[in-house]
Amino acid sequence: MKERSFKALGATLWRALRALTQEDAYERYLRHHFSAHAGTAPLTRREFYLREQERKWSGISRCC
Amino acid sequence: MRKLLWGCVALLAAFAVGGIALHRGETINAMWIVVAAVCIYALGYRFYSAWIAARVLTIDATRATPAVRLNNGRDFVPTHRWIVFGHHFAAIAGPGPLIGPTLAAQFGYLPGTLWILVGAVLGGCVQDMTVLFLSTRRDGRSLGQMARDELGPIGGYAAIVGTLVIMIILIAVLGLVVVNAMKHSPWATATVFATIPIAILIGLYLRNIRPGRVLEGSLIGLALLLLAVIGGGAINDHETLRVWFDWSGEPLAWFVIGYGFVAAVLPVWLLLAPRDYLSTFLKLGTVFLLAIAVVIMRPDIKMPAVTQFIDGTGPIFGGSLFPFVFITIACGAISGFHALVASGTTPKLIENERDVRLVGYGSMMLESSVAIMAMIAATLLDPGVYFAINSAPGVVGATAEAAVKTISSWGFPVTVEQMDQLARDMGETTLFARTGGAPSLAVGMASIFSSAFGSGMLAVWYHFAIMFEAVFILTTLDAGTRVGRFMLQDALGHVWKPLGQTSWYPSVLISSALIVAGWGYFLYIGVVDPNGGINILWPLFGIANQLLAGIALCIATGILVKQGKLRFAWVTGLPLVWIAIVTTTATWEKLVSDDPRVGFLAAAKQLAAQLAAGTLPEAQAAVAPQLIFNQRLDAVLAVVLTAILWIVIADTARVSWRVIRGLPVLPSSEAPAVRIAAQAR
Repeated sequence: MKERSFKALGATLWRALRALTQEDAYERYLRHHFSAHAGTAPLTRREFYLREQERKWSGISRCC
Repeated sequence: MRKLLWGCVALLAAFAVGGIALHRGETINAMWIVVAAVCIYALGYRFYSAWIAARVLTIDATRATPAVRLNNGRDFVPTHRWIVFGHHFAAIAGPGPLIGPTLAAQFGYLPGTLWILVGAVLGGCVQDMTVLFLSTRRDGRSLGQMARDELGPIGGYAAIVGTLVIMIILIAVLGLVVVNAMKHSPWATATVFATIPIAILIGLYLRNIRPGRVLEGSLIGLALLLLAVIGGGAINDHETLRVWFDWSGEPLAWFVIGYGFVAAVLPVWLLLAPRDYLSTFLKLGTVFLLAIAVVIMRPDIKMPAVTQFIDGTGPIFGGSLFPFVFITIACGAISGFHALVASGTTPKLIENERDVRLVGYGSMMLESSVAIMAMIAATLLDPGVYFAINSAPGVVGATAEAAVKTISSWGFPVTVEQMDQLARDMGETTLFARTGGAPSLAVGMASIFSSAFGSGMLAVWYHFAIMFEAVFILTTLDAGTRVGRFMLQDALGHVWKPLGQTSWYPSVLISSALIVAGWGYFLYIGVVDPNGGINILWPLFGIANQLLAGIALCIATGILVKQGKLRFAWVTGLPLVWIAIVTTTATWEKLVSDDPRVGFLAAAKQLAAQLAAGTLPEAQAAVAPQLIFNQRLDAVLAVVLTAILWIVIADTARVSWRVIRGLPVLPSSEAPAVRIAAQAR
């Protein structure tokens, strides 16, 4: 029981870390893509990464 | 039971604030400040922000946010509130809250600390939360768009011009901070240079080798950055190599200008994006480490509560306590720039309106606590050492002996030997006149880190801190130039269509060059100015940042009035009044003061008279015409900024007046409500 809750905590922390660093962005995109635009081909991981960087840095996303 | 607990917190806050305010001994422990800050933030968050959320903004947990309604898996994504908190904090926290308090420490630890706490709880946090909320209700619209939609075109244009000006001044002053940190320091220069190829390497890794694997890419990059800090030490010890990295201010300024241009026209994935990942990691890690170290070490504050420099004669920047402490510390207390981040990116991630309180108010509280740590790091140094590092040669004298004599005569004893020993400990040749705040902050951080986590590593910690600040600053410089470029392209597109195309290369090159020339000019003048440049640029930056805060608070106040919440308009109205008073007084003093260290025009007049009389040394006479022009330009700029603020205030007053008289105004731009089931939390 105790071991399992440790594992659960670890998994939560790992998920949080991945979300904070946006490492999970592509999986999130895929999930959305398959539920909203099923039947069309999604972007590859690389295409998605490059497009997201372009979007992120065309507005004000960092402050002083 | 709960009430009792909060009563105790309130008592503790009162006790700690009373303690730091009334203490009149040689030193005071930093824990007094930490306890006061924690209690004040807790009270502000628990009571004031909850009240604002419930009564003023009337947050509605059953109303779908844009992230839920417009979810596209990319920018509109419902995200857990703590993750949004992390993203938002990473976006708002930059070098600003580290530098402002370091400079304002010349007044003593008390004025700056009180302003950081009160300004944040009643001003900055309120601004961030309100703007975040208003933008969330408007599908994540930007500050400029909200100004146009709610107040009219005047407010919209003012916000755009204000943003562009603040960007240029901000980049110039931050560039100056980096240049001053690298000046004649082979170790710092080598380390900062090394961060560029490291970022490019990670950029290639994240694009070609393991696309989008941000976490592992960042960890590799961090390891390389730490190696670069140590490698910089090896270069510093090497007799021939160190000469290659030993540069004076002017070539370094040209390097930063050239770098800024190249970085802004390169694709984002190559340099900007990977460096931003690295700087975010460093930022969160260092802030966390610093907080732990302060609590472990519990350092003594050696700076007096209040120094004699509140009269305006301070060596770091001229100007009296009021209004200049409120201008110098913008980020950390109230920063208009945050309103740009809080409108746009963050609102599109908010999962539920209830999260606005944690993300908006909470992130700013954390940023404010970074400012408090910077204040502690600056004031734990011997005041004599602090002034020796931060005072420009034009103020205290060009030689070490002269500087030591001047500073000791103020009642802050310091010796040449002490400074030399400190410089040796930090792996530098000298620490005299290292203006800009970064070196003195790095000395403070190095002493905190090395005494909390083991000594003997002072030099490594010092250069780690310099690298940490430089990585931040270079990111701001690059991202800021890019944003400036987009805004300029947007404006130029009205003149000639093709110039408005953001991906057309000639337009990219021309507009980037114009923006870089804008900040490059101020940076260059700042470097050649014998008074250090910071004295001029930082107050100008403060005024610009507060101007933006003023515009954001105007929009918020205007919307509250339009919603029929006139009786709550003081929540954003009072900070607005304070910001207006502070910026206007500061601009007035910068304009009419007879003291050449305060007044732009007085300085221009003095320099012109010296030039005419031929009393200037040859080197200074050569740059004097540029400096005179620059002082006059700065005067014009300050007036323009304040005029913009008052135009927006007048426009807000006009709209409010029409509302009160029942006359028609622009309709609310709030997106229509879509209901969702409220979930218990």
